[in-house]
Amino acid sequence: MLFNKALLIYYNFIMMKKLAIVIVYVFLLAFNANAASDGELVLNKSESKEIKDCFEKLNRATFALNQGLDKTLIKPIAKGYRKLPTPIQKGTKNAVTNLSNLITIPNNILQGDIKTAMINTGRLVVNTTVGLLGTVDVANKMGFPKYEREDYGQTLGKWGVGPGCYLVLPVLGPSTIRDTAGSFVNVLGGDPWYNVSIHGNNEFLSEGVYITSKAMGGIDFRADNLESLDNFERNSIDFYASLRSLYLQDRENKIKNNQRGNVEVIYKDEEDWEEIENK
Amino acid sequence: MKKFLTLIFLLNFSISDAYSIQPDVFVQSTVNRASEILSKNISKEEKINNLKIIAKETVDIKGIGFYSLGSVRKVLNDNQIEKYFELFENYFLKSFSSRLSEYTNPKIEVQNKEVINKNYTIVKSVLVSTPDRPEVKIDWRIYTKNPDNPLIRDLIIEGLSLARTQKEEFASILNSNDNDIKVLFKTLKDFSKNY
Repeated sequence: MLFNKALLIYYNFIMMKKLAIVIVYVFLLAFNANAASDGELVLNKSESKEIKDCFEKLNRATFALNQGLDKTLIKPIAKGYRKLPTPIQKGTKNAVTNLSNLITIPNNILQGDIKTAMINTGRLVVNTTVGLLGTVDVANKMGFPKYEREDYGQTLGKWGVGPGCYLVLPVLGPSTIRDTAGSFVNVLGGDPWYNVSIHGNNEFLSEGVYITSKAMGGIDFRADNLESLDNFERNSIDFYASLRSLYLQDRENKIKNNQRGNVEVIYKDEEDWEEIENK
Repeated sequence: MKKFLTLIFLLNFSISDAYSIQPDVFVQSTVNRASEILSKNISKEEKINNLKIIAKETVDIKGIGFYSLGSVRKVLNDNQIEKYFELFENYFLKSFSSRLSEYTNPKIEVQNKEVINKNYTIVKSVLVSTPDRPEVKIDWRIYTKNPDNPLIRDLIIEGLSLARTQKEEFASILNSNDNDIKVLFKTLKDFSKNY
């Protein structure tokens, strides 16, 4: 209980302390993205070919801290989690995914995708009721379209806000100024699950439940990627740079809703390939 | 005479077409070869050695090496380029074959292809799901400048390009060391030595 409270205080502390800075950054980025341009060009101009790692030294230090935390705490827990019976793991994954609908739906609306918002609302209702609080993905069995998570960082990206500088957050991992700002929206009322858990004033939910649900999401993700991350780390000459690249590519794909990538998004500059001849 | 020339042209065309390898067929045959090795009951070391042979034949290691260097490739002299390729090939083969050797009997199905231009085709495939792992989308960037000898230049796994990741990894090392190519050489050398 005490540990949960400490985590919550820490989480809020990180979020609140940087809030002012981030708001200023977001406005600056938004202004920059919109200045003297419009339409499609806005997003393109807000993206740079070079990665903006303005706080690289600090980021690398935080990355090392996170790596230590991962090796001593998160990875062993994820390994233990993998030993649980498959139905428990699957039920946990389904429940965590179901809760993420509460963030996805408002973002579908903010991105103007009303149809998907309605589908996801249907999915949330079906899975929460018939699917026993989301532990069974009934909607999938009923033939609902594949679920794609959306968050406030993606919505900001969709609106033309560039990623800004790359950030590595303690415990939470890779992010950007834009995506961190998006995360703040969750604790400022944008996440109904956070609202009812923390401020809901009811006997069933508490900050402990909220933190546990978020932690379970993290453990489930880590358990899914145990071998692939180990393999990737072993074969990288600069693991920090590799993860940064993968994170930024993944966010670009998600913002543009490319499930399997797109040549223009992936390479940014096709000429870079064209000028290489097989000598 | 005109008929004869037309016949020669058509014959030549059909012969060259018969020998050119379609990128999707090339990918499927390459993954079948790799899959056969991975499912064999041989040591990991043997698997890695066999995978290296396939990689040498089917991957444009020089092309990927050039791409990974980014703009730095334009300022290197011939000696540096020669040294870089030697180190890069060792690094690439070790890293590539070791990554693949972790899988046992992966089943990859080629779905379709998208021609970008005469030099490049993207072949789309999936790593078929198993009870332990979901389906994984894998796209192959195939260099088709010589249609008789297509070569792999990138793997895009679930939308994430390995070539771009490697390029940004190399750029990070160079940027942190005043673009000193010797530091990259040492890093590649150490990787191959310590692996």
